[in-house]
Amino acid sequence: MSQTKTPLRGRLAARRSPDSGRLAGPGSLLTSDVGVVAPDAEGQLLAEYALEHGLRPSAQRPSVWAYIRQLWRRRYFMISFATARNVAMYTEAKLGQLWQVLTPLLNAGVYFLIFGLLLHINRGIPNYLGFLVTGVFVFNFTQRAFISTSSVMTDSLQLIRALQFPRASLPLAYVMIELQQMLLAIAVLIPILLLTGEPVTWYWLLAIPALLLQTIFNVGVGLLSARLGSQVNDFSQLLPFLMRTWLYVSGVLFSIATVSSNFKVVALLELNPAALYITLTRNALMATQRESAPGSKPYNKALCNIWHTLGHKKGAPEKYQTLSAYCHYVGANPAHFWYYAAGWAVLALVAGFWFFWRAETRYGRG
Amino acid sequence: MAEPMVVVDDLHVVYRVYGAGGDRGTAATTLLRILGRKRRASIREVHAIRGMSFVAYRGDAVGVIGRNGSGKSTLLRAIAGLLPPEQGNVYTAGEAALLGVNAALLDDLTGERNVILGCLAMGMSRQEAKDRYPGIVDFSGVGEFIDLPMKTYSSGMGSRLRFAIAAAKSQDILLVDEALATGDAEFRVKSHNRIEELRADAGTVFLVAHNLEEVELTCNRVIWMERGRIMRQGEDVISIIDEYIATSGGAPIMRDPVTRARIKAQTAEAAKS
Repeated sequence: MSQTKTPLRGRLAARRSPDSGRLAGPGSLLTSDVGVVAPDAEGQLLAEYALEHGLRPSAQRPSVWAYIRQLWRRRYFMISFATARNVAMYTEAKLGQLWQVLTPLLNAGVYFLIFGLLLHINRGIPNYLGFLVTGVFVFNFTQRAFISTSSVMTDSLQLIRALQFPRASLPLAYVMIELQQMLLAIAVLIPILLLTGEPVTWYWLLAIPALLLQTIFNVGVGLLSARLGSQVNDFSQLLPFLMRTWLYVSGVLFSIATVSSNFKVVALLELNPAALYITLTRNALMATQRESAPGSKPYNKALCNIWHTLGHKKGAPEKYQTLSAYCHYVGANPAHFWYYAAGWAVLALVAGFWFFWRAETRYGRG
Repeated sequence: MAEPMVVVDDLHVVYRVYGAGGDRGTAATTLLRILGRKRRASIREVHAIRGMSFVAYRGDAVGVIGRNGSGKSTLLRAIAGLLPPEQGNVYTAGEAALLGVNAALLDDLTGERNVILGCLAMGMSRQEAKDRYPGIVDFSGVGEFIDLPMKTYSSGMGSRLRFAIAAAKSQDILLVDEALATGDAEFRVKSHNRIEELRADAGTVFLVAHNLEEVELTCNRVIWMERGRIMRQGEDVISIIDEYIATSGGAPIMRDPVTRARIKAQTAEAAKS
């Protein structure tokens, strides 16, 4: 029987690299081929033989739609993975799950101490504490989505090498963890806003679509960051610097309009996704922000001038601070912010998904 | 006509290892390297599989033997689709599941969560995972430790639980990577029987083991690997294993027919109960 295999082996060897050809060469210990090649595979190449019998390459990337279906089937896996990670994160700490709330509170406290009390950059911003805390929490959501997903593939290498599942479920689960943290942060934020005198209005409901768009955006950047982090080892070293720069240009600590008098620079900064989500959330939750945003009321030269001379000074009475509403907006038109925010979300999701999916079979390599 | 389940066609697998040494590792040497546009010395390519071709059929139990580092585990990972081939390809009919000692799940989580997560990751529904849970815990024999984090488990307990999780689902192709090496005698009989069952439903089983008697008992075909290549393969299991033992200088297996009959009877007994 083994003689009948010779033609196939010969053809295979001839087609292949000298390396594998050597295998069948003289002096090889490959003496038995019994059962190795099917009788009907006679004279056929192995690849053709495999495809003819309906076999598929084991490391084949599924189509986009099949991949989305697989991900949908793993939704409970993602949820339990996220919950499990969340629980494991604080199990060793004495205060345990309390840290989920303490972390955002301390974050806000530190920024308020430095930027609000020591550096006095709250010039012209009514309810600076609320402004700051909202900005920090919203920015933190995107920042954490970026940073935590950058290490997810290397952290879960054992799991990836052990089980076959759509790899995108890992970064998605991490973004879910961050979303859960964000919801807790909002639970901390609301009493802060109420204590600083913000009224409860129907506008608060607008925070929901703002958060939704931001979450979609974060899923996109999470997928992007997961692949970059797994393949470019220098990425995670660079990330903290990128994030800090992004923090300073996104109007978290100060109003973007005060950064520059150049219309184009301001517009560019305002339209960066982090700044957009922050502004939309602030406008939804804070009446002081909504009503003092330049351009939010019909232009009135006299009132605007009062703001310019009195309102933007430190410690100015609130009735002057909010007069900025009567000035022209600087930079981009605030009426279009929702469109830009939605555009960023869709762009990030599509690009991130596509970028991650392209490397689906390669994450196990480590 | 035999139905092929796994076709391995001129497979090459290469690992890229970072930080493999060679460089003194200071900032100055790195800068000089980058300025000199030299290739990074500390990336080393390890050519783990160097051109393998074979076909396995439905109903086959293929034993993979060879020295440590000969590429056995890498081969199984490539068949499972977990490692991408550098060249050539692996074709499979249906899904392949890998059972291995190194298939660690999440060490800082409890055994209980690991069971549920493992089931969900394999694509079970929540209800299915819940239904399988008692069976998995029972099979693993981890008992009261199930609600402790897995990092507190002994290596034997950990691998028993992982085996139990991975073996919970019937698969078309089952890849067993020394999963049986760490268990105690009782667990080995249990897992041996589970493999037999899975083989009956599954179709094809690959077994990597250093315990050659285990291979002889379970497998109808053997692949002997040496440095990423096939040394010998075929259905004459006994002669290949004998030759492997002869070249590696180990003690020959005593094939006392009475002992073999007793082992077979024992496993059959355990399967019934």
